[in-house]
Amino acid sequence: MSIANDSHSVGIVTPRIARFEEPLPLACGRDLPAYELIYETYGELNAQRSNAILVCHALSGHHHAAGYHSADDKRPGWWDECIGPGKPIDTRHFYVVSVNNIGGCHGSTGPMSINPETGKHWGPDFPPLRARDWVHSQARLADYLGIDCWAAIVGGSLGGMQAMRWSLEYPQRVRHCIVIAAAMKLSAQNLAFNEVARQAIVSDPQFAGGYYQEHNATPSQGLALARMVGHITYLSDNAMASKFGRDLRSGTLEQGDQEQAEFQVQSYLRYQGTQFSGSFDANTYILMTRALDYFDLAREYGNDPVAAFKHASCSFLVISFSTDWRFSPERSREIVDALIAADRPVTYAEIEADEGHDAFLLPIPRYVDVFRAYMRRVGEIS
Amino acid sequence: MRLDLTHIQRWIAPGSRVLDLGCGNGEFLELLREQRQVRGTGLEIDGDMITAAISRGLNIIEQNMDQGLANFPDQSFDTVVMAHALQAVHFPDKVLDEMLRIGRQGIVTFPNFGHWRCRLYLGIRGRMPVSRFMPHMWYDTPNIHFCTVKDFEALCALKGIRILARDVVGNTERTPVLAGTWPNLFATTAIYHISR
Repeated sequence: MSIANDSHSVGIVTPRIARFEEPLPLACGRDLPAYELIYETYGELNAQRSNAILVCHALSGHHHAAGYHSADDKRPGWWDECIGPGKPIDTRHFYVVSVNNIGGCHGSTGPMSINPETGKHWGPDFPPLRARDWVHSQARLADYLGIDCWAAIVGGSLGGMQAMRWSLEYPQRVRHCIVIAAAMKLSAQNLAFNEVARQAIVSDPQFAGGYYQEHNATPSQGLALARMVGHITYLSDNAMASKFGRDLRSGTLEQGDQEQAEFQVQSYLRYQGTQFSGSFDANTYILMTRALDYFDLAREYGNDPVAAFKHASCSFLVISFSTDWRFSPERSREIVDALIAADRPVTYAEIEADEGHDAFLLPIPRYVDVFRAYMRRVGEIS
Repeated sequence: MRLDLTHIQRWIAPGSRVLDLGCGNGEFLELLREQRQVRGTGLEIDGDMITAAISRGLNIIEQNMDQGLANFPDQSFDTVVMAHALQAVHFPDKVLDEMLRIGRQGIVTFPNFGHWRCRLYLGIRGRMPVSRFMPHMWYDTPNIHFCTVKDFEALCALKGIRILARDVVGNTERTPVLAGTWPNLFATTAIYHISR
């Protein structure tokens, strides 16, 4: 559908940049001297400034969540299915802010930016970040935009973890926290996959210890491989079976045929890897996966999620997907159970979906219905 | 609003916490929120019902009672309600125990299988009763644990559950006296207010 006749699109959007000169104290103990956040907004902030929604992106996401950057844009933002007029996050009622996390590679300050102290790219010397650093950096963006309290903070996957951290760090600034396909911490299996991804990157000779920008090089092979591994964890066995099965892209499996056969799934994964490595920064990927690894919602609350959530004062919506094995429904139920035990208002839906972890980005009817119904409630008091 | 739900209201203190097991589209929790200002949570497994209940602005947990309620802490609710679901769960006795572990008091409603029409149907026709209230055939019914008023009271006695009050609904508005006097014969729906 073209932009001109899509009445459910936010249309053409232009990213903006906010600059913060005051140093940001980070969880690692260092300060980020100054930083920029690139963000987009959709819809209008109301007079009471009470209808603002913060969208938190996942591992490889960015600020461009909805609409198009130009009339020739082929694809809209990454969550266009859920943000726009008449969509669950209805921009006729809400003012949506979507921001690229610091440490990112799409315009916010990150490893690709210049370190003011050295005049060179930060590269691998960019301070390690935690989800809470994103939260604090975004609280300043909220101040800058004149938003005292978000009507809702919404995120899928890593974005959902960040939304939960927001609810604990700034309980008075969040009315609703929407946590989709997330977890309170990574499992050993999750950690293992992230390590394989990082090893793929650092073993690429082009990586040069992370100083590839200084050498005008890019570890694209390593980054592509990292993405391929990650991508497998985003899909379910069934989704891959129905999408590719054992179909061949070239060659045959006939005996006596010397040519190597290539399965469709091979070429798909390679395509995904190549596409990704052309648009993402390797140091950012390492930084983001580490932030995921370190995330543990309850660590500082005596490892007790119930004690952690007692610090929150918002209502929660938690959604999981049946075939998501990266952050399975069980992980979401742990969140829900902790919220119940902490006596916090919580709504939970477990969506039957074949698409695995990726389901949170897709317009699955029941998911959209639940999301929309909950967002109406968010809108009623804003 | 089903008659049994309007009966239940008076046992629920204003401003209290209520857990509704099998809350359906949330109409009862909504009523309690409006008339009793309760803080309610509903449990439901039907997707459309869950969406409808969320649309009412209620807190709903998608959870199957048959897989337990262990995630709800002891005495974390003032009242646990289960309306017309007792006969559909796998282990009604265990659910009753859980209700009174989670809540200070419980309210249970169920269709009375001892009603004279059921007895007549089974007695004369020799087949499992099918009616407007119980429209399913024996092989496809979700109601797998039918009981009578007497059966339920015997179970409560066995478990040491106190019956604080019993209320009944007859099949017409004109029969409350009959249903009140001989509930096992004339109550279509039995309503119990219970505690430990």
